[in-house]
Amino acid sequence: MSELLDDLRRGCPAAAAREARDSEVLGDVMPEVVAFPRSTSDVAAVVRVAAHGRRTVAVRGSGTKLDFASQPTSAQVLVDLSLMCRLLEHESGDLVARAEAGARLAEVNGVLGLARQQLPIDEVVPGSSIGGVVATGLSGPSRYLQGAVRDLLIGVTVVRADGVVAHAGSKVAKNVAGYDLAKLFTGSYGTLGIVTEATFRLRPCPPCRCFLTASFPDEAAMAPVLAELLHSQQALTAIEVDRRTPLGPISISALLEGQAGPLERRAEVTAKVLGGASACDGPPEGWGSLPGPVTLKMTAELSFVPALLGLVRELSTEHGLSPVLRGSAGTGVLFAGLGEPLDPTAIGAFLADLRAGCHLFGGSAIVLRAPVAIKGALDVWGPVPALDLMRRVKQQFDPERRLAPGRFAGGI
Amino acid sequence: MTPQEPIAPLLARLRSRVGSDQLVTDPIELATYECDGLAQYRVVPPLAVLARSREDVRAVVAECAAAGVPFVARGAGTGLSGGSVPAAAGVLVVLATMRDVLELDAANQRAVLQPGVTNLDVTRAAAPHGYYYAPDPSSQQVCSIGGNVAENSGGAHCFKHGFTTNHVTGLEVVTPDGEVVEIGGKAADPPGYDLLGALVGSEGTLGIVTKATVRLVRAPEVVQTILAAFGDIETAGAAVSQIIAAGLVPAAIEMMDALAITAAELAVGCNYPEGAGAVLIVELDGPIAEVAEGLAEVERHCSESGAFEIRRALDDSERARIWVGRKSAFAAVGRLSPDYIVQDGVVPRTALGEVLGDITTLSAETGIRVANVFHAGDGNLHPLVLFDAKVDGQLERAEEVSARILDLCLAHGGSITGEHGVGIDKLDAMSKMFSDDDVETMLDLRRAFDPEGLCNPGKLLPAPRLCGESPGRRKGAHPLVESGLAELF
Ligand SMILES: Cc1cc2nc3c(=O)[nH]c(=O)nc-3n(C[C@H](O)[C@H](O)[C@H](O)COP(=O)(O)OP(=O)(O)OC[C@H]3O[C@@H](n4cnc5c(N)ncnc54)[C@H](O)[C@@H]3O)c2cc1C
Repeated sequence: MSELLDDLRRGCPAAAAREARDSEVLGDVMPEVVAFPRSTSDVAAVVRVAAHGRRTVAVRGSGTKLDFASQPTSAQVLVDLSLMCRLLEHESGDLVARAEAGARLAEVNGVLGLARQQLPIDEVVPGSSIGGVVATGLSGPSRYLQGAVRDLLIGVTVVRADGVVAHAGSKVAKNVAGYDLAKLFTGSYGTLGIVTEATFRLRPCPPCRCFLTASFPDEAAMAPVLAELLHSQQALTAIEVDRRTPLGPISISALLEGQAGPLERRAEVTAKVLGGASACDGPPEGWGSLPGPVTLKMTAELSFVPALLGLVRELSTEHGLSPVLRGSAGTGVLFAGLGEPLDPTAIGAFLADLRAGCHLFGGSAIVLRAPVAIKGALDVWGPVPALDLMRRVKQQFDPERRLAPGRFAGGI
Repeated sequence: MTPQEPIAPLLARLRSRVGSDQLVTDPIELATYECDGLAQYRVVPPLAVLARSREDVRAVVAECAAAGVPFVARGAGTGLSGGSVPAAAGVLVVLATMRDVLELDAANQRAVLQPGVTNLDVTRAAAPHGYYYAPDPSSQQVCSIGGNVAENSGGAHCFKHGFTTNHVTGLEVVTPDGEVVEIGGKAADPPGYDLLGALVGSEGTLGIVTKATVRLVRAPEVVQTILAAFGDIETAGAAVSQIIAAGLVPAAIEMMDALAITAAELAVGCNYPEGAGAVLIVELDGPIAEVAEGLAEVERHCSESGAFEIRRALDDSERARIWVGRKSAFAAVGRLSPDYIVQDGVVPRTALGEVLGDITTLSAETGIRVANVFHAGDGNLHPLVLFDAKVDGQLERAEEVSARILDLCLAHGGSITGEHGVGIDKLDAMSKMFSDDDVETMLDLRRAFDPEGLCNPGKLLPAPRLCGESPGRRKGAHPLVESGLAELF
């Protein structure tokens, strides 16, 4: 038995631990051991053992997004949170719920649904855990109305790099006491601390939903429609675009939710904007899912979304690629998915041009997800403004760089 | 009076970097900056700089950093926790002089603002395009966007529309070492750590905001407001619970108790239904069809819970008449009592009834009257603790009551502040809400931005030497309220 495993078993007898299996490789880094804590204090104990032995630590929720962003350069202890899967608190009258990080988003929503409430975060990647959603900050279509993950998260419990447990926020949505560290941890990919519990504000489940979809031949045709939808007063939950081939038609889908009667009227008004649309109470195919296996995330100012679609079309031809484009036109966050054959050189060149374009549109482009072999050849983050400040934050939270080193922008 | 070391040499250097009319050294003029809206903490700064540009701010901060002199940002000075109280041997950087709306970009649903722009001016600029700026603190005619960002300000409508933090997409910040950093912009999700999330609500301790980009929200098709009168606070509370349980999301749900209503009647003659032990104001906004149906449902829940009168505003002037009582309530308690403390605490909504009951008991035990005005949707209480400072021992008892109300909030898992911030006033309470480890972790963030501890020191996070401060106390109406510039929530 390895020394590390021995230390873990002694330092944290409550958490099961074993040697890592070949299948548990993170990119090209092989963890030595996997620990399965059952509580925040277990996680703290595991991290303390790691800290004592100066070992690096990475976290796994349900393991659906380990290939997102950069890969860690070292991860000796893999902390698996799948046993921390309880919904700890749900006070329906307060529209608040607290869950352990390993709880699955879909399961949490299943329970909340019994009280006709929801955590309005789309399950973009099936099987996602709450902690994984927070660590990656991955939001889906309904962020247009409901806000992104960071907007819904009101409190966190974290285990710091030194194994100390800390809290920020609370279980009331309206709270301005102290720094809002919950937001800082959202999207930090486990590089600042391990989120073990998260508290969210909830929304009621809408009694009815209506998806309206219309198709447009090109960017010029969709641009005025998108502008009008953005200006709509019908309280849309989401405005999504989908383009399956670079030169193909663009579909715009709008989601409306609410009471049946008024919804019918709101859908009628919205369908008119779309110039006649097919209505459905279920989502269109691909709704809120990430195209891939290489997924680039692009952002732009809202009015540049059509231009961004145009840019992707031009660059596709230029670089001989055929990306699927999908995402939240209502918030200016789009995803391009590239399939086989995966040519790192072509993808790299495409990404560089795309990045330059997104920059002109006021946004950015990053590699959200890619197979390891490809990712190594790509500049995952591109230029990141305020990187120096981010490094200073990392330096304070994890001075020894033991939490998923290399997983984040700028090698953080 | 000539400033002492280390201000004198700093002042000399600043003369070559900013206009002389921007440097305030006159003691009488400086005295106008001695406090914010919570007048009990007062420090006259040795030097104030009226910033007109980012470069001015950068120059001051860089010089302060070089000289190891602390500095404090000040917006409009309406804060209610002592956040912009100057440092005794530091520089006050006044941002209220930077008040240009730099860009109103309706197509991108953004406004780009200098930090001194008032909250209401954003909505004024956006209105012709059919947009508004959603977070609406009741000080909105005066308070600055920079102050809103620092305090993560909210308003009556944040139950549905969120707080400042949900509406800021970009900030330009002069960091405590004098560098200018751009974080985010008009697009969503800037890559990297969510520094915007860390900065909003940081009470001016992480740097000085010199530009803010905020989301504009499409004006709703319709806004509808009702006033419902109840015999007592319990039945009004039951109506709120029913409304929430039914899955309705009103834009605002506000409640006042009998004492607050009495005060409002005396002050503005709001003419609320006679005999009301509590009133609820419920506002819905959105698509016409939806609001109509929602409103009918809200009215039904109110009647079923025992409302004895429900009034529906039929136009803007009727809506204003409903709101006037609510908006005047704080200042109005000046009619009931020579002195009062404005408290700001939060409880989970389901604990409202119990906590209000406890406050009544506390009031009976101590003989200190408490008027309750609150954002019922959020569980954000604003108890007004009434006392007469001329009566021996009343001040101490009132402070005790005010502090114990926060303890009640914490006992129910709530917060010590929902919108007024920690500042100096609640440093003590921070240690009750958060463990030493929690505070130490927050300090990590502060050290990352401000390793030398020069940026608004002594605020937000408790340090051992700053304890035993007394809670917020005010005499009569706030000057802004008196001058008609602001309504107190
Ligand atoms: C009558 C009245 C009613 C109020 N109602 C509400 C309400 O409904 N909701 C609510 O949330 N608050 C309310 N407040 C509190 C107050 O108005 C808010 O906190 C407001 O955001 C403060 O803005 P200000 O410009 O006055 O900031 P100041 O009081 O000048 O400063 C507040 C804090 O912000 C920092 N700061 C200011 N500008 C900057 C900058 N550019 N960069 C970095 N830091 C900066 C200061 O250092 C200080 O810590 C009310 C206050 C009054 C007097």
